[in-house]
Amino acid sequence: MPNIEVNGKSYETDEEGYLVNLADWNMDVANYIAQSENLNMTDQHWEVIEFLRKYYDEFQIAPAVRVLTKAIGKKLGPEKGNSQYLYELFPYGPGKQACKVAGLPKPTGCI
Amino acid sequence: MLHIINKSPLSSCALESCLRIAQGGDILLIEDAVYAAASGSALEDKIREAMGRFRVHALMPDIDARGFSERVIEGVSKVDYGGFVDLVAANENCQSWL
Amino acid sequence: MGEDIKKFMFVNRKAPYGTIYALEALEVVLITAAFDQDVSLAFLDDGVYQLKKGQQTKGIETKNFSPSYRALEGYDVEKLYVEKESMEARGLSEDDLLVDVIVLTSREMGELMEQQDVVLSF
Repeated sequence: MPNIEVNGKSYETDEEGYLVNLADWNMDVANYIAQSENLNMTDQHWEVIEFLRKYYDEFQIAPAVRVLTKAIGKKLGPEKGNSQYLYELFPYGPGKQACKVAGLPKPTGCI
Repeated sequence: MLHIINKSPLSSCALESCLRIAQGGDILLIEDAVYAAASGSALEDKIREAMGRFRVHALMPDIDARGFSERVIEGVSKVDYGGFVDLVAANENCQSWL
Repeated sequence: MGEDIKKFMFVNRKAPYGTIYALEALEVVLITAAFDQDVSLAFLDDGVYQLKKGQQTKGIETKNFSPSYRALEGYDVEKLYVEKESMEARGLSEDDLLVDVIVLTSREMGELMEQQDVVLSF
């Protein structure tokens, strides 16, 4: 298993860079992963990350992009609940990329 | 619809649930479910009663393998692998009661 | 598009942790949900146990996937059917289940199965 080093601590990830242990997640790790994904994190990014973590906490799955988009629209309004907005924040896919930063597994059914 | 069952009726409720829920059509007994097609078991009455509502088939290679070739309940249709395929093709849909 | 929509029924007949069937079925349902089909889930026999409230899996070191059934609504999978006989045989009622379900008699369940284009059993 590959590892990432953040602040002198080592964290286990899978081949694609997703954290293996959900409990390992913290802001430093999130920032590190975001940097390696070339993401310039803003409040809007963090809002999505926080949303994803809450979703996972409640349902124990990482949502498919379509489901995430709809759920964000419900919670944060239609100007954020659309794929254009989310893809601008996470160009390689709000599912794949945002979940990685959020320390969640890759979404089920992410194709 | 074709209902396929592959578990012994004495160790699994698959056959019983199928008979309770399914609304007619074909039932095919394969693997360990072929014991249900044997005469003299505790299931015989149930199978005979089911034959009023379903066409009941049993896969002969599985029956032969288990030594029950001579004890198949009368009225149960005996099919080979080709017959299995024909049943699947003849039905619009099938369900395996795993 | 309209005429391409098929009726898919996922039939769940196994208890959640003793075998992998229940979790596999749930994952297939979540993936299939992306294809905009008419999906329904049926819970028969021990499959009803999948929906029991209050599952605590810490002690068996297995992921508790029961909260994920509550996510199905967000995936537009809203038709969850439970067979009455199976539920009652296990001493359960709708209040014991962690999602809203439609309770059907054996006969109604059988009729619903007949209406499907595809039945997938787990």
